[in-house]
Amino acid sequence: MWGGVYAGGCTPFCLTLDAENSPDIPDSILGCGRMEEMILGKKKKNSSIMKTEARDAWIMMAPAIIVLSVVAVYPIIRTVWLSLHEMVLTDPGSGYPLIGLKNYTAIFKDKRAVESIVFTLKFTVTTVCFELLIGFTAALIMNKPFKGKGIVRAAILIPWAIPTSVSAMMWKFIYNDQYGLFNDILLRFGVIDKYKAWLSTADGSFMALVITDVWKTAPYMALLILAGLQMIPEELYEAAEIDGASVFQKFFYVTLPTVKTTVLVALLFRTLDAFRVFDLISVMTGGANGTESVSVYTYNHLMKFLDFGYGSAMAMMIFAVVFIISLIYMRVLGDQITDR
Amino acid sequence: MQKKKPIWKDILFYLFVCIFVGIIVLPFFWQFMTSIKPLSEISAIPAKWIPSSVHGQFYVNVFEKHPFAKYLLNSFIVATTTTVLSILIGASAAYALARLRFKGKKIMLMAILSISMFPTIATLSPIYLLLKQLKLLNKYAGLVIPYITFALPLAIWLLTNFFAQLPKGFEEAASIDGCSRARIFFQIMLPLIKPAIFSVGLIVFINAWNEYIYALTFMTDDMMRTVPVGIALFPSNYELPWGDMAAASVVVTVPLIILVLIFQRKIIAGLTTGGVKE
Repeated sequence: MWGGVYAGGCTPFCLTLDAENSPDIPDSILGCGRMEEMILGKKKKNSSIMKTEARDAWIMMAPAIIVLSVVAVYPIIRTVWLSLHEMVLTDPGSGYPLIGLKNYTAIFKDKRAVESIVFTLKFTVTTVCFELLIGFTAALIMNKPFKGKGIVRAAILIPWAIPTSVSAMMWKFIYNDQYGLFNDILLRFGVIDKYKAWLSTADGSFMALVITDVWKTAPYMALLILAGLQMIPEELYEAAEIDGASVFQKFFYVTLPTVKTTVLVALLFRTLDAFRVFDLISVMTGGANGTESVSVYTYNHLMKFLDFGYGSAMAMMIFAVVFIISLIYMRVLGDQITDR
Repeated sequence: MQKKKPIWKDILFYLFVCIFVGIIVLPFFWQFMTSIKPLSEISAIPAKWIPSSVHGQFYVNVFEKHPFAKYLLNSFIVATTTTVLSILIGASAAYALARLRFKGKKIMLMAILSISMFPTIATLSPIYLLLKQLKLLNKYAGLVIPYITFALPLAIWLLTNFFAQLPKGFEEAASIDGCSRARIFFQIMLPLIKPAIFSVGLIVFINAWNEYIYALTFMTDDMMRTVPVGIALFPSNYELPWGDMAAASVVVTVPLIILVLIFQRKIIAGLTTGGVKE
């Protein structure tokens, strides 16, 4: 049985079947590693283990690679191809000619496109900052034992569980200029002296969108960070306490280093999501009052004007910006994930 | 050990918690109240927080004026299938990425990341054409396939992170005992990562459940719509049925809260005992 692994013909998966079919065999019988050590020199053994490890890795990743190639890579390549063409579906007479990078240069001459990029960047930075702050705080609160913890944890998951389009509609009603809760509360607290139509000004709309997005996604952040926090062994805190560490020292020397990776991953996904924001804006403002995000603008080009060429170029541009964002994260994050 | 804790600290802490929870719950509370108000009180000025009497008409509307039960079923089928597929395919890839040494790991991570960050909109038209060719528009499979594009990279990324956090000792001990890779994965690593799988599964499920653009574009038949799109299309040109929309969102949210409550215990219990401390 053990010969099968190193003879090379057998995948790790058929070996499991063997092992699982005969669960009573003690591990020492499966001890191919030891045999190997006796036969081969140490150096040779290491390189052979590395080879097996690499082979196993590719086998284990194969299903994911195949699936993603079909459902993601192929469409992506096709989008790149479309972006190099003049292709307005309502004008098939043009013959959809190849026009090179003209769609891309057109973006920078398009004032509306540039405005949508600026808006989206502003929206991303603002929401992600608030979300990190609130998410981390919430996670830290939920991680310590206190009465009513379960209720808090359940409450924090509610916004996360609601579809974005639903929460956008809900908040749209809250911001309603006449019947809305937002005006009512602010008036009661004396913040405003008369009802305001929040969604009909640029600043009001921006604020409304940020509040809604933070309310919706800060819990997602909290959930991920909490999962990371729970993996910190209690012993670490106990040891720190014995050494007389203060609350802040415990946070900076025990908590933060351990959850750093989790936080960065959460941050990365939130940043990417925020930059691609669509549902929220399309339901709440429809892109009015200077709240048109790049995704909304691109969607209009694709689905309303049926301009697949220019729309695809816009999409590729979003991709490029997002790619730069994630490169920055990867510089910090990459080594931590890959070097374990 | 900590008997000397001053009481004002506790009060401050709970005050903070109450405000925090209050802000989170308030919109939902408002939505619920709106859903049981009589029609006339929805447009009351100033806003009426508590309705004078309870009305169920909006809930009847949700199911009689719209095929809302079908929306729920559609969403459930699509989101569940997406989640199960992503975890099944994603877990082994995540294990390889987090714990095995091989050349090209960084490139793989970058590739998966690139796919996850590719804007939904950009794959919209090619996938639309593809699904049309395969006659999968307005079919469940026609929505699960594009959902995999974001769900699988998400599952892989999160699971990779969780796998990476497990101490290294496990595998070394196992491989010294001569366990095969597959055995290490199925019998040691998967059970260890179980709590994380719950957590990741929930995140993927909710993401699939909440998806909007693909569902809007690929499910054009009203009977095939998912919940987020179905509700968003409630408003007609003539009216904004705030009450119906409120009732519908309550109907969607309540089962999710129950689900979350059930799983929450499992996640937390699993995470705290999950073998990480050895």
